[in-house]
Amino acid sequence: MNASGKVFKYGANVDTDVIIPARYLNTADPSELAKHCMEDIDATFVDRVSVGDIIVGGPNFGCGSSREHAPVAIKHSGISCVIAPSFARIFYRNAINMGLAILECAEAAEGIEDKDRVEVDFSTGVIHDLTNGKQFTAKPFPDFIRKIIEADGLVGYISGKIPECK
Amino acid sequence: MKMTMTQKILASHAGLDHVVPGQLIEAKLDLILGNDVTTPPAIDIFQKTCACGVFDRSKVALVPDHFTPNKDIKSAEHCKKIREFARDQKIENYFEVGDPKMGVEHVILPENGLVAPGDAIIGADSHTCTYGALGAFATGVGSTDLACAMATGQTWFRVPEAISFRLTGSFLPGVTGKDLILHIIGMIGVDGALYQSMEFSGPGVANLSMADRLTVCNMAIEAGGKNGIFPVDEQTIEYIKTFAPERYARGDYRIFEADEDAGYEKTIDIDLATVPLTVSFPHLPENTRVVGTFGEVKIDQVVIGSCTNGRLEDLRLAAEILSGQKVRKGVRCIILPGSQRVWKESLREGLLEIFADAGCIVSAPTCGPCLGGHMGILAEGERCVSTTNRNFVGRMGHPKSEVYLSGVPVAAASAVLGRIGAPSELSAEQ
Repeated sequence: MNASGKVFKYGANVDTDVIIPARYLNTADPSELAKHCMEDIDATFVDRVSVGDIIVGGPNFGCGSSREHAPVAIKHSGISCVIAPSFARIFYRNAINMGLAILECAEAAEGIEDKDRVEVDFSTGVIHDLTNGKQFTAKPFPDFIRKIIEADGLVGYISGKIPECK
Repeated sequence: MKMTMTQKILASHAGLDHVVPGQLIEAKLDLILGNDVTTPPAIDIFQKTCACGVFDRSKVALVPDHFTPNKDIKSAEHCKKIREFARDQKIENYFEVGDPKMGVEHVILPENGLVAPGDAIIGADSHTCTYGALGAFATGVGSTDLACAMATGQTWFRVPEAISFRLTGSFLPGVTGKDLILHIIGMIGVDGALYQSMEFSGPGVANLSMADRLTVCNMAIEAGGKNGIFPVDEQTIEYIKTFAPERYARGDYRIFEADEDAGYEKTIDIDLATVPLTVSFPHLPENTRVVGTFGEVKIDQVVIGSCTNGRLEDLRLAAEILSGQKVRKGVRCIILPGSQRVWKESLREGLLEIFADAGCIVSAPTCGPCLGGHMGILAEGERCVSTTNRNFVGRMGHPKSEVYLSGVPVAAASAVLGRIGAPSELSAEQ
């Protein structure tokens, strides 16, 4: 399982209010949410993003609210993977549960520039910046996390594991 | 191996004698919370898991509070979905608009006796960490975790490391728990406690009211923390005697104490007498400044309320300052009692009249403007002093508006001054 795309690079403490402003939380429809993704820090993001693209952020990515709408908006905007030195803990948990791939790698977050083309191999954690030729290694996902992401999230992963109703 | 207070609560709920930081555990839960933003997606997910019903209808709390009374058709549809789910599932703790027990989730759960020492609680709201004030483990999760926990009564956790905050002394007059937590966030940063517990201890704890402790734990998430937690003392017991009398009478609570030399990542000593009146400037809670050390910041709006500072003690503090004063011309001062109980008690004590006479507007209990929902949205270029918990870009409205976070005394004084200032400046101006 891999990701490949161009990079949108942001700074430290990208919060859930800029990922998806609360004024749009009166819907939970993923495609509606995706239309407003990153709107308050990058108004042109939704026009420029293509399927497979990658977000590279600074430390504490996703801080703030527990809204699952944040990883949902990112995922449905077409983003295949977020790379940052660290993630806020609720965002981290929600991203995995939603099947959005996230990788912690400080060196990659530092060494990759905006608009670079990057490839990621989730099984090895290898991040390859095709634009500047640099290579980085993030800690790969344990098997069960990779399976959750492949199953499109926790629900897909556990479906069939809940006992039948009597 | 020694354990922190949080680690002991997690171990007990996982049926283990002992846990270590980093360990992944499955823990039983005493309470599971959802609100009108996070519950609708959780209901869809819950249905996809094919669960037959919620694991225990007395242990799920559903609180429509963010966009209520409903601000538009979409939010009305969301609340309708929750109302029907609560009815179908016979959820005991569903808090309808106007119910005597209704209000903002983190104000009403402790008030209605749903939290007691030693509990393990998750809520699909990041400020669920508030309940650590009562010596419980409580943390925020997302809608998928909410759905799965409603079905199974348990969830997985990574056992957190912890930072110890040892408190001594007592606050100078006018300083509150809000100043303490803003001061701490300014010190360690918005990711200073990332993934970790923030455990408070020391002789200074006795000098913090329960309202102060609830405010401090409420904002643990603003330092990246997994939870904030206070030790259980006489004040905690008094609190549950008053608000959770049945659980108190049954002895249905458990006091955990951190081991003397639990392996804290670090220990930070704070003399409460050194905590200044603190304000967080835009656009991060860590951008703290001491009141009186910055130039004139003119304001357009003041918001007093929220899960951080919407308790009766907060409204009493506001009334003390606003009594006989007038909100500065050109400033809107919006007061949001945190619950119907707080609203009614404020009415009984004459606080609402003081607010009205001072030129404030009093709203129904709602999260409303805190997250830019409704009831006080900011226009481009406007500035607001707010007792809420976040001042991110666009948090209360236009992306080019600004939110300054403060405690109640500074917010109330600023409403009168028309700029950010301390209560002491009011007497000086007269």
